[in-house]
Amino acid sequence: MGSIGHVTPQQMHFSEPLPLKSGSVLPAYDLVYETYGTLDPLRRNAVLVCHALNASHHVAGTYEGQARSEGWWDNLVGPGKPLDTDRFFVIGVNNLGSCFGSTGPRDLHPATGRAWGADFPVVTVEDWVDAQARLLDRLGIDRLAAVIGGSLGGMQALSWTLRHPQRVRHGVAIATAPNLSAQNIAFNEVARRAIVTDPDFHGGHFYGHGVLPRRGLRVARMIGHITYLSDDAMEAKFGRELRAAELGYSTQDIEFQIESYLRHQGDKFSEYFDANTYLLITRALDYFDPAREHGGDLARAFAAARGCRFLLVSFTTDWRFSPARSREIVKALVDNGIDVSYAEIDAPHGHDAFLLDDARYHRVVRSYFESVAREVGAAVAAGGVGEPVGV
Amino acid sequence: MSERRDLELIARLVPPGSRVLDLGCGTGEMLAHLRDARGCSGYGIEIDDANVHACVQRGVNVVQLNLEEGLALFEDRSFDVVLQLETLQHLRNTERMLRETARVGRIGIVSFPNFAHWPNRLRVAFGRMPVTKALPYEWYDTPNIRVGTFADFEVLARKNGLKVTDAFGLQDGAEVRRWPNLLASMAVFRFERG
Repeated sequence: MGSIGHVTPQQMHFSEPLPLKSGSVLPAYDLVYETYGTLDPLRRNAVLVCHALNASHHVAGTYEGQARSEGWWDNLVGPGKPLDTDRFFVIGVNNLGSCFGSTGPRDLHPATGRAWGADFPVVTVEDWVDAQARLLDRLGIDRLAAVIGGSLGGMQALSWTLRHPQRVRHGVAIATAPNLSAQNIAFNEVARRAIVTDPDFHGGHFYGHGVLPRRGLRVARMIGHITYLSDDAMEAKFGRELRAAELGYSTQDIEFQIESYLRHQGDKFSEYFDANTYLLITRALDYFDPAREHGGDLARAFAAARGCRFLLVSFTTDWRFSPARSREIVKALVDNGIDVSYAEIDAPHGHDAFLLDDARYHRVVRSYFESVAREVGAAVAAGGVGEPVGV
Repeated sequence: MSERRDLELIARLVPPGSRVLDLGCGTGEMLAHLRDARGCSGYGIEIDDANVHACVQRGVNVVQLNLEEGLALFEDRSFDVVLQLETLQHLRNTERMLRETARVGRIGIVSFPNFAHWPNRLRVAFGRMPVTKALPYEWYDTPNIRVGTFADFEVLARKNGLKVTDAFGLQDGAEVRRWPNLLASMAVFRFERG
């Protein structure tokens, strides 16, 4: 089991306008993506990896000359890893509205010649999926062996099976939900208010002012980060540990290690993440709700996914995307007689668990992809030609 | 190999092409057999991580759930057959689970160790709890928190308005239809809602 090694992002330009769910249109755009492994001659072994809030197309491998540049799911994706790049052709795409290369608020609005900023159209999970589908068209991939994602990425995986079921064999959705709860939307709203009320935000057009709404981004990241961890994980990692030996009796200085940690996370994040992107992506999370167009009936929504097969995974201590939410999806699939397996992993790490290397979690994902590989005849590259087993 | 024959004898009770829910499906052996030999489809329910993984490895649908929490995930009569094979003896809420089985499936099939098998009776007659192939645990470490007999289940089924459509014992890989309460270590019942 090793790393993919050095990888290089690629860029693709799309000049055909993309109609968005909101009714507006993105006139032209670029998508940045990475691929790992080899597309087999029958083009049956492609797996799309969808990213969550603050991640990107850089799923696995490293960038040459950059220390600590491992992709965000490097522990899951690579040669001999659960999603084995010796068998599968893996694609990571940066979503529209992001700040990591695909067209987003930092880019120039073609009509005004200045940065889109807050005028960047509101993009949804469905819009991302449609943009990803166009990228696959251009790569010559008619049908994915699987689409996989965690959290917001899991929503994209589900959306794929609803919008383009004939183009997906397997949907693998990890630590996700059929929509956000009120509590979840509330957390997003606190984060957005922190950004929007930062005096340096300038209504989302801060680029021209030579400032960044760092304070807002820091607070947004801090609140987000709290929700990604479990109470137990935070207790185990920080407890009530103090930074100094004694109490300082200050209301504003850092006293507890957890404060130091959150501030550090906030500082780091505010240096690389775009404020408008944060607003867009949290809104995409809020809006995702496939049952809404079916009178709130999730089972009716998933009738569209008949023919796809599913693996769902949740983590017991994840209170942001709790197991109960994954079970709702399982129920909707079972109601439609759709093939699904569901693993509820007893992990202590909260929502973050989906990014971590947990043996039971990775074992299930590995075995699932082994059965996908058998189905599409994806043999280990060095092991010769695979025998296609059924369709 | 009597376990494999037991499995086949129970599988014969499942109509070909059935939609099956297997409660406490273990490693998915029965579901895989029903799929391959009888063209059935469906899901297993399992709580144990290693068993869930084994099912995924076999390509059998498995949903990781604690059966003690009930079957709220499944609609009334949404399955042709609900299996509860060597599961009920581990459940605290045996009776509720039986009613749930009858609610979710058109046909219910249960199997469990028959405590009234004659070697067990003999052992109890001599003052000790039985330790046998079907009941291999000591009284202090057994996961079987419900011990019942073939005859006891008939009473429970009647109490819950279940119509028993077939019942027999299993012993050494063969059906026991004569005096199963005495001569079989395993009891098998097929029932419908009355």
